[in-house]
This record gives sequence, C-alpha cells and structure tokens, in this order.
Amino acid sequence: MKRLLAAVAIALPMLGAAASAQETVKIGYIDPLSGGGASVGEGGLKTFQYLADELNAKGGILGKKVEIVPLDNKTNPQESLIQAQKAIDSGVRYVTQGNGSSVAGALSDFVTKFNERNPGKEVLYFNYAAVDPVLTNEKCSFWHFRWDANSDIKMEALTNYMKDQPSIKKVYLINQDYSFGQSVRTTARAMLSKKRADIQIVGDELHPLLKITDFAPYVAKIKASGADTVVTGNWGQDIALLLKAAADAGLKVSWYTYYAGGAGGPTAIKQTGLNHQVFQITEGFANVAHKESQDFEKAFRAKVDLSLWYPRAVNEMRMFAAAAEKAKSVDPVKVAQALEGMKFEVFNGGQGEMRKDDHQFFQPIYISSFGEIPAGQFDEEKTGWGWKQVAKIETDKTILPTTCKMDRP
Amino acid sequence: MLELIVTSTLNGVLFGMLLFLMASGLTVIFSMLGVLNFAHASFYMLGAFFGFQISRWFGFWPALIFAPLLAGAIGAAVERFGLRRVHRNGHVAELLFTFGLAFAIEEIVSIIWGKVPVDFRPPELLDFPAFTIFSTNYPAYKMFMLAVSIVIFVGLLLVLKRTRIGLIVQAALTHPHMVGHLGHNVERIFMLVFGVGTALAAVAGVIAGPSLVTQSNMAAMLGPILFVVVVVGGLGSLPGAFIASLLIGLVQTFAVSVNGSLASVFGPLGPDLAQSWLSDIWNVTIAQIAPIMPYLLLVLILIFRPMGLLGTRET
Repeated sequence: MKRLLAAVAIALPMLGAAASAQETVKIGYIDPLSGGGASVGEGGLKTFQYLADELNAKGGILGKKVEIVPLDNKTNPQESLIQAQKAIDSGVRYVTQGNGSSVAGALSDFVTKFNERNPGKEVLYFNYAAVDPVLTNEKCSFWHFRWDANSDIKMEALTNYMKDQPSIKKVYLINQDYSFGQSVRTTARAMLSKKRADIQIVGDELHPLLKITDFAPYVAKIKASGADTVVTGNWGQDIALLLKAAADAGLKVSWYTYYAGGAGGPTAIKQTGLNHQVFQITEGFANVAHKESQDFEKAFRAKVDLSLWYPRAVNEMRMFAAAAEKAKSVDPVKVAQALEGMKFEVFNGGQGEMRKDDHQFFQPIYISSFGEIPAGQFDEEKTGWGWKQVAKIETDKTILPTTCKMDRP
Repeated sequence: MLELIVTSTLNGVLFGMLLFLMASGLTVIFSMLGVLNFAHASFYMLGAFFGFQISRWFGFWPALIFAPLLAGAIGAAVERFGLRRVHRNGHVAELLFTFGLAFAIEEIVSIIWGKVPVDFRPPELLDFPAFTIFSTNYPAYKMFMLAVSIVIFVGLLLVLKRTRIGLIVQAALTHPHMVGHLGHNVERIFMLVFGVGTALAAVAGVIAGPSLVTQSNMAAMLGPILFVVVVVGGLGSLPGAFIASLLIGLVQTFAVSVNGSLASVFGPLGPDLAQSWLSDIWNVTIAQIAPIMPYLLLVLILIFRPMGLLGTRET
C-alpha cells in the first residue's frame, strides 16, 4: 500500500505535467530577428520570454503554460503574413508584434479576414509598439489591441512640452519613409504650427527605412539648415546611427525622439555629450519613482542583460493573464471581450484603460531626458548616464478622440 | 551653401574610400580568378566581428592585423577546399557556391555574436576630432580610415603593376598553362590571391566596424552596392573601382543634400492634376531617391558602356 501510494505520489504530478504541457498558450512573436530591425526585435523577444517565464512561475494562465514562439518577419509585411499563417497552422491563437506600422497594418487586415473566414478558430493580435494612428482609427479592428500610445498621442504630449521651451526656434524633422514616419512628420508640422506659430520648420526629411549605413550626409544637412532642435520618430539602427553621425560631427541640437533609448542610442548620446538635451517620450523608463517597477528592472537586467525597453509589454502580458482569468477561458473571443474597457494598474504605477471604442490603451506618459543621473539610479548601456523625468502626463490628459467604427462579432 | 558643399564632398569621399576598400578585394579576385565572389561582403563582416573580438581581448591595433589574417586564411581555405572543386562545374556553380556561402556566414555570425549590434568602438588613441570645418567635426578615426584606404590602393597598384609577383599573378589568369610550365604553382597562386582579396575586405570590416554598426546584417546591407562599384568601374579594373567608389560616394551624399524635385524645377502641377498619380513622381525630392542613385548609375552604365568606366573587355 505504501509503495502504491508512493508510486501514485510520483506519477500524479507527472501526469499533471504531461497534461499541462499539452495545453500551452502559445503566443506567436512576429518581429524582425534579422536585418536592420534585428536589434530591437531580439530585445523584444527576450522581454516577452522573460514575461512568459514570470507568468509560468506563478502557474501560467489558468494553469496553462505560456510559450513564446519566435517568428522572424525581417520587418517585411509580406513575410509577416507567411509567418502568421505558419504560426496559426501550428496552433497559435495569439500573435504579438510591434516593429513597423506597415507590418502592423498588414497583420491586422490578415487577422481580421482570417477570423471572418474561420469562425471558432479566431486569432487575436496584440500590438505592443506599432503606433501609426490609423490602426485605431479608420483601419481599426476588433481583433487588434494596442498597448503603446499612438503617435498622435505622443506628439500631442511632446509638442505640449515643446511649446513652453522658448529656446526652440528652428525645428528639423527627419523620419523614416513609411506610414509611421510620415504620420510623425505631418502631425509634428500641424501641432507645432498650431501651438507655436513662431517656430520655423527648417527641414523635413524622409529617408528609406533601415537601409542607411551612414547618416553623415543627413547630419551635414541638419547642420546647414541652422536647426536648434530635431524631431524624429526613428527607431532601430536608424536612430542609433543618426545619433552616432551627429556625435561624430559634433552637432549640438536638442533632440525630441520617440525611441532614442533603443539599442545603441544611449551610447551615441553619451558620445555627443548632449547632457539632458535628448528627450524621449515613453510610457515608462527605468528611473520612474515606483518601487515595484524598479525591482522588476533590477531582476530583468540581472537576467537578460538589457534594459526594459517595453514596459508596455509587461502591461500586455499581465493584462492578457488578467483578462483570461476574468473570462475563465483562453478563447480569443472571450479574452477580447474581457479586455475591452478593462482598467489596469500599469507597470510604472497609475491607472490605465483599454478603450472599448478602438482598443487603444491609455496610460500615463513620461517625457524623460538622457544625461547625468544621481548615484544609485539606473544607467543605460553602461554609459553612466540614464533617463530623468522632465514631465509626466496623466492618463486623462492623453485621451484623443477616435474615428473608429468597429464591427463586433 | 558652401558649407554644405564642402562637408558633403568630405563625407562623400570618406564613404567612397570605404567602398573602395571593400571593392578592391572583389576586383582583385575577379580580375585574377574570374570569380564574382558573392560572399565578399561576408568577409567584410567577418573582419568586423573578428576585429571586435580580438580588440576586446588584445586591443584595437592587434585586431587590425590579426582579424584580416584570420579572415584571409578562411578565404584561402574556402578557395582551396570549396571553390576549386566547384570550379570544374563552371561559372554558374561558382556563383551559386559563393551565394550560398554568404548566407551560411551570416547565419553563423548571428549564432555566435547574436543579432544585436556589438559594442565595437574606435581606439581611444583616435577618439578625438581631427579638425573642424564650418563647426562640423571630422573625427580622427575617419581620417585614419581615409589614410588606410589610400595606402592600400597605392600598395595594390604597385604590387600588381611593378613587381614580379604581380606579373606572375596576372599571367596566371590569362595563360595558366604557360605559367605552370614555367614552374609556378598556379593553384597556389589562385589560393593566395583569394586569401589576399578576402583579407582586404576584412581590413575594411575592422576599420568600418566601429564607425558604422557591427551587426550580423552588415554584409547584406553593403553587398549589393559593392557590385555596383565593380561593374561601374569596369570589371577587373582597380583604378576603375577607385573612381567608381568615389563617384558613388559623392553622388549619394550630394543627392541627399538636394531638396529639389520636378515640382520645384518646373513648377507645381495644375490643381486638376495635383491629386493624380503624377503628383507623387512630381513631388519626390532628389534626397528621397538618393539611396537608389547608385543603382540607376549601374543601369545607365550597363546600357551605354557595358565594359564599365575603365574596363577593357566586354563581358
């Protein structure tokens, strides 16, 4: 009897393990793992894997293990659809993607059409970084959820800050030549001319996405234009190389950016010596005064050896788990319904909400500057410099109207 | 205006010389072996990563010497154990072999060093602005890049045109049997030439690594433009590659600085046409199409002067 009990005691957990191993929640991570976007794609992958491990350590989602399936889209919309199909064929019901709004647009269309044709096998698309406003306006979809503030929300906040800086007189815009870059340039122009008519736009540049190896010619042009401020939505190697070329040429201007904190950016800023003159707008950063997120950052850096670029990824994964628990199911339709209008205490502290009308998440937004920091705070890329808060915009001040008319199942 | 012209010229020359450094190896290999090495840019990348790794252990200067040697040795091995066998099956097989090799190298590099850019920095000795023109700094490191490119160009020309080794190497291509009968080991000559060619690419890699980004897609980014340089310059012509590199560097840099479009030259389209598909073409600026200018040049050269600027034979 004792032996039987012992055998059962050993066998039971193994049975349990076998059963739960079959029932995993697979999340297809479709982002660049090669090409010019690889540095950010790889960072994102490590972040999501860390978050999946965190959920699994707490017993997974509804007792099911969470697994991240990496899929390389080479920042290419066509390739992304192939990868998405591949993921769905292997049993993935949730995909997440962030880098490149052109990719996001294609994926959102794909998922929407797929769900129309395959009722009962629906797929949800969690967008953690593609910020083209069109995704939650004209092209909104019930199956798409966005955790990052869209570029209009960010530009609104950024220009609200910029309008109170009397030193800004001549602005140069440089952006990547695709939907997101174009939306940054047009909103920047429109909002700046409305809020500060005296500001002159001395340059408005578009360059090919992730294809430039040397930005020296562009920096020469910025310099020749006499600009005192640059506004850019560049990401990936495009922002790192741009800042690097500026550092080499000794270009001294203020930078208002979306993604200066990405791989290579902080190192280049340190080289320029622009102490607290490079600004970034994000939903959070390492030095936000909030104990829980700082503890997380410490553990994350110790394990992954990267800074947490995507606090929103934490929100995304934790909200996914919360929504599944609320719906008592991992069925995508039920999870989507649970996510709609969900309020959530965000990673860096404060209340956020997934707006039901367009599936845009609203959360506190920070403007931070990069430079010397008090001892004991988090630096970036071992430069000794880190991000310091210059402004915080509360959730209710970030809300912009939407033109979304959503078809619900 | 003057400021923009001066800085653009400098930037163009700097970029052009870097291109030349890579194209020189490709040209040498092509003119000597008749092999268009698709994996050439991969050896440039290998140079950068070896350089990064060695500079981490022993410092930058040893890296500048040993990384190209290592890459050159790999190149020689590729010729000895790969290309030589493939060669029997003709040029198409050779092309496909080097094409596949490029992908294999990229994959191996990303397995070893990952896909995130590595932190490869210029040596501290050269980490200062060399001079300032119109308040734009030119880092000493970039001047160093320029100097190395010039030294290699002159050195290569001298070796090929003025020395006995150069004579034998040139003869080995056109008359391999004759050279063989004279008692030279033709196969070894080919192997050495391939090794030297890939080592040259690796030199470019070590030098460009800290200045551009060292990451696993750097070969794919510069690969295509190398072929433009080699074809525009004239296949197999070293001075041609030199001129073409500078030309492409300058064309690209100046194109970036021109904001003009058809609309700004000929005036905007009439209001009835402004919404048509023509408006896109009409309003695109030269700066926006700068990155495709080299390829445009390639197409034009192939149409009007297929042998390239200084090429000697029709191919």
